Amino acid sequence: MSGDGVDTSKRRFLTAAATVVGGVGAVYTAVPFLASWMPSERAKAAGAPVEADISKLEEGQMIRVQWRGKPVWILKRNEEMLSALPGLDERLRDPASVDPQQPEYAQNGTRSIKPEVLVAVGICTHLGCSPSFVPEALPQPYDPDWKGGFFCPCHGSRFDLAGRVFKGVPAPLNLEVPPHTYISETLVLIGEDGGAA
Amino acid sequence: MGMLIKSRDWIDARFPLTKMWEEHLSKYYAPKNFNFWYFFGSLALLVLVLQIVTGIFLTMNYKPDATLAFGSVEYIMRDVEWGWLIRYMHSTGASAFFIVVYLHMFRALLYGSYKGPRELLWIFGMMIYLALMAEAFFGYLLPWGQMSYWGAQVIISLFGAIPVIGDDLSLWIRGDFVISDVTLNRFFALHVIAVPFVLAILVVVHILALHEVGSNNPDGIEIKKNKDENGIPKDGIPFHPYYSVKDIVGVVVFLMFFSFVMFFVPEGGGYFLEAPNFEPANPLKTPEHIAPVWYFTPYYAMLRAVTIDIGPLSAKFLGVIVMGAAVVILFFLPWLDRSPVKSIRYRGPLCKIMLALFVVSFFVLGWLGTQAPTDVKTMMAQVGTIVYFAFFLLMPIYTKIDSTKPVPDRITG
Amino acid sequence: MKKQLIAFLLLVAPAFVFASGNVHLDKVDIDPANQESLQRGARTFVNYCMGCHSAQYQRYNRLARDLGIEDQDVMDNLMFTGEKLGDQMTISMTPEMGKKWFGAPPPDLTLVARVRGTDWLYTYLRTFYKDDTRPFGVNNMVFDKVGMPNVLWQLQGMQKPVYKTVTDDEGHEHQVLEGVEIEQAGSQTPAEFDRTVRDLVNFLAYMGEPVKLERQSLGIKVMLFLFVFFIIAYLLKKEYWKDIH
Repeated sequence: MSGDGVDTSKRRFLTAAATVVGGVGAVYTAVPFLASWMPSERAKAAGAPVEADISKLEEGQMIRVQWRGKPVWILKRNEEMLSALPGLDERLRDPASVDPQQPEYAQNGTRSIKPEVLVAVGICTHLGCSPSFVPEALPQPYDPDWKGGFFCPCHGSRFDLAGRVFKGVPAPLNLEVPPHTYISETLVLIGEDGGAA
Repeated sequence: MGMLIKSRDWIDARFPLTKMWEEHLSKYYAPKNFNFWYFFGSLALLVLVLQIVTGIFLTMNYKPDATLAFGSVEYIMRDVEWGWLIRYMHSTGASAFFIVVYLHMFRALLYGSYKGPRELLWIFGMMIYLALMAEAFFGYLLPWGQMSYWGAQVIISLFGAIPVIGDDLSLWIRGDFVISDVTLNRFFALHVIAVPFVLAILVVVHILALHEVGSNNPDGIEIKKNKDENGIPKDGIPFHPYYSVKDIVGVVVFLMFFSFVMFFVPEGGGYFLEAPNFEPANPLKTPEHIAPVWYFTPYYAMLRAVTIDIGPLSAKFLGVIVMGAAVVILFFLPWLDRSPVKSIRYRGPLCKIMLALFVVSFFVLGWLGTQAPTDVKTMMAQVGTIVYFAFFLLMPIYTKIDSTKPVPDRITG
Repeated sequence: MKKQLIAFLLLVAPAFVFASGNVHLDKVDIDPANQESLQRGARTFVNYCMGCHSAQYQRYNRLARDLGIEDQDVMDNLMFTGEKLGDQMTISMTPEMGKKWFGAPPPDLTLVARVRGTDWLYTYLRTFYKDDTRPFGVNNMVFDKVGMPNVLWQLQGMQKPVYKTVTDDEGHEHQVLEGVEIEQAGSQTPAEFDRTVRDLVNFLAYMGEPVKLERQSLGIKVMLFLFVFFIIAYLLKKEYWKDIH
């Protein structure tokens, strides 16, 4: 059967060609199935930018809104809170916000567009818990020199009131500042840059 | 290379990998004269895999809930990335499955593949066919469109025709006084787990039986009767590579037809996806015209063809009996056929005429099943039903008295 | 009782086929690739249909993308205030309200073109005629005793029925509805109105299956790929089968 006179090189070439073409077909066939796991139009619509009204937000107060299912914090910091920020630099992992955890327009000392208003995704950069808001500048069991900030109960990560991560905690990065823009003085749109990037 | 051989040996010492490969592929000797009709077995397997894969991905977004089901299908069609493609693959695949299986079964009729020693193979195949019908029926309710609802309504009320237990039986199947969320939920479970599981086992059993007795062929002769000095059938060739490369050609041609339907006419002219099914199920309003999906219409036509009561038995009950018998009778084919030869090639004119009449009756009944009944059409369906059953019931007679041609010893090519 | 109901449905259902199968439908030639036509249709749909009918599976942003409209234009011209671009085209009328006002809730129209077919829609929307016995003063040639007013009447004008007399087998004469004619002109000429309806039907067909164009263009690529694969597979088979004599 597999006798003499078989053109093995032709046979091998055709086998290889069929394998390659068939393989390409198989890969292309797999694409729709894998891509179907991406967020659907419904998920994207639900993840559309959200507006938050901060006109009633008092100094030192924080509200939470949901964007793409995640908690987004809007904190209006008072003078005292803002003045404490620069003094912490020594104890922080990334005090100048070098890591791209914020849009360019929030890469500053307060990590915000308006100095007093912090907009941040309330998800710990360690393993995804939501840290608690501990604004009072009082000694804490985890930090006798606490100037106010966020403390993650899951694994003890700590952030200051600009969402910057302390040294010596498991979280590697500062809290994420989502793209946001001010539609008016008191209306902030979270999830969109408004071309201000 | 040495590494590969080593790992193969390592596995072979623990699992019969090479043994299975040889038994089922590289040293499974199939007759060398397979023709066009022999593509459909491997194609059926391909469609089964396709249905299972697309089905799994559909369940990721489908909601088996009467208030959500219809919307979740549209969600798949519009909002899920590539969802429309996966859904059309599945809906086209359902019809493709039956086309392929019907052609596969017709091949068995042509070449007497059900005759001894392949009776069990045939019976396993028939069980696959039954499971496939159940699978299709359960699946058709899931989109929760008008046709889904009312089609299931009609089929389930058929069980109501059974004397004494009928009403309770249909109530039990529905789990409610009408088809409802409960029915949908249990049909979903049956469609995505129970029946596919049974199908997969049956397919394995079917293939094991085939590889035990060996494949029939268009000449209907046993190649195992003529072996060479090594015990290899003289007219046999290893399945791999010869039939594997041949089946690839068949697969590609099939995929061309399949893709054509899926990409250009996914509704299949209203036969694969019926127009009323784009309207959500409404228990208060029957669509203007209900017909089962095309692959059930021959049986549906036979059901409706019975219009007379016999003694205490109502026409409705008799219709159900006729419909059931039309399927069950196929199981007995190996024992109804008394012809000394297998293949149509060596049979006489009687067998050929009867087979032709049978095919015509199946098509005509299939068409009638999609039509609204009129007096003329009901009469046609009655004639068709008689022809359908005559093919089987008269088989012991006409296959015996029919002339035959001498069957060669070796395959003729 | 239930059995009788089912038996009745089984008997009666097919009869409807013939009732509706006899009506002549005008053929409509729509072009899903014509974005301008789709845009006009979308505007007509939003202005005239969406008062009562939703298109609950269609999203505005998808519509903007597929029809080539700027997001801002969609928001300004097609959407109600307070809706988001990713929202579906729903309406504030609940099915209960619809049932109270029209006897039956106006159906969702996302898939209507796939249920009815485009020819039926094209004919239906153009063949309302005056019938004072009906609640809204109109009846329809392809949908007898329709429960919907002729919302496009200002464009089309008012039509009156034209009857012809036929004699049946037994010699009785009947008045049979033959067609309609314009009694009072609307703001559009008949040709303009036909175009308006054609655009609307085009849009309804688009909504029925927004992916249609994408599906077809992908189909061509897949077919070409399979053709190439076929040639290679066929040569491979031929090469191996040289062994078999």
